[in-house]
Amino acid sequence: MPGSKEIRAKIKSVENTRKITRAMEMVAASKMRKAQERMRAARPYAEKIRQVAAHLSRANPEYKHPFLVKRDAIKNVGLIIVTSDKGLCGGLNTNLLRLVVGRMKEFEGQGKGINVCPIGNKGFGFMNRLGANVRSHLTGLGDTPHIEKLIGAVKIMLDAYVAGEIDAIYLSYNSFINTMKQEPRVEQLLPLASEKLETTSGVTWDYIYEPGAKEVVDALLVRYIESLVYNAVTENQASEQSARMVAMKAASDNAKSVIGELKLVYNKARQAAITKEISEIVGGAAAV
Amino acid sequence: MAMTIHVDVVSAEESLFSGLAEVVVVPGAMGELGIYPRHAPLLTRIKPGSVRIKLPNEGEQLIYVSGGMLEVQPSVVTILADTAIRGGDLDEARALEAKRAAEEAMRNRVSDIDYAQAQAELIEAVAQLRAIQQLRKQMPH
Repeated sequence: MPGSKEIRAKIKSVENTRKITRAMEMVAASKMRKAQERMRAARPYAEKIRQVAAHLSRANPEYKHPFLVKRDAIKNVGLIIVTSDKGLCGGLNTNLLRLVVGRMKEFEGQGKGINVCPIGNKGFGFMNRLGANVRSHLTGLGDTPHIEKLIGAVKIMLDAYVAGEIDAIYLSYNSFINTMKQEPRVEQLLPLASEKLETTSGVTWDYIYEPGAKEVVDALLVRYIESLVYNAVTENQASEQSARMVAMKAASDNAKSVIGELKLVYNKARQAAITKEISEIVGGAAAV
Repeated sequence: MAMTIHVDVVSAEESLFSGLAEVVVVPGAMGELGIYPRHAPLLTRIKPGSVRIKLPNEGEQLIYVSGGMLEVQPSVVTILADTAIRGGDLDEARALEAKRAAEEAMRNRVSDIDYAQAQAELIEAVAQLRAIQQLRKQMPH
């Protein structure tokens, strides 16, 4: 029976692979649920702070924060790119980075300088290979991202913006639409886009600021930006886990069909060997 | 029944409290603040400390916050709580740390942006993905 041992070994190895991909699929499914919960839990804060920021942008305090002022000439742009730390999640990071590279090319075509702040190993590795100007980066966020870790990396970009080294900041991440669909996005973060800060009512009153408008508005807007970045991170993680789940499910299904095919080949070989043996015996008996 | 005010205490990672209250006591940056219904609009920073919410049914709720922002409107009080311990120096230290890491990473590599190569790499990856998807479709299940 030629090659049957090899086929059996191959079936075994594909079965092992399948076990691994199945396990990863289930792990991703449970992590996805948690990531979605985190994404939802972050929403009330984001919505509240957005309302307050929207109000501030209309209330016309005596102090106008640089985040709210649109600059005439944009010479340098900053990009905060949220990717996953780990691979094996289908085309999630590839699709996002392709979009980002397209935008970067566009910016460079317009003669703008580019600074990047990759969050996540995949984006960081890619930007390094690309040779982009990495201002700051952040990797190893883990499954439960904390805003505390984001502060440093984001602050560098914000400081550069305030100092006038960067005139606009964009945020790119995979937005979570549903389990099967994630969409790469590039959104403008700074200066704060006015359409994001829509309010329903015309504002005619202003807050009392304590201790002063400047301190309060500064602290608030920095938190607003951080909450936007944090949201992008949680959404990207939910996307990552669901993309991984889908990719691993496909891998398990593939392994299953490969096993089926291999079993067929194995059985055919076994049958052929038996037939051959019988015909040999019959032939031998006839000769005697 | 006494007048009540709607209170939301939210942090970036979760919602901590949402409901009606008679009075809210908040550790403001300039001193303790007691907010009653129909307070004038106010925006201030808060210090680390506990927020005391007096519920309409005589109960009281204490929530510890490590700083944040307080927004008051006549009928709504919103406390945007920080989950991280903040401070100018602390934020600065975090930023410096991030900057140092980035510079370190920058030093370990050369060359200018090579878009052509990057694009080629990405196109290849996408082509591979597409090929895999097509293969998957063709394969009998």
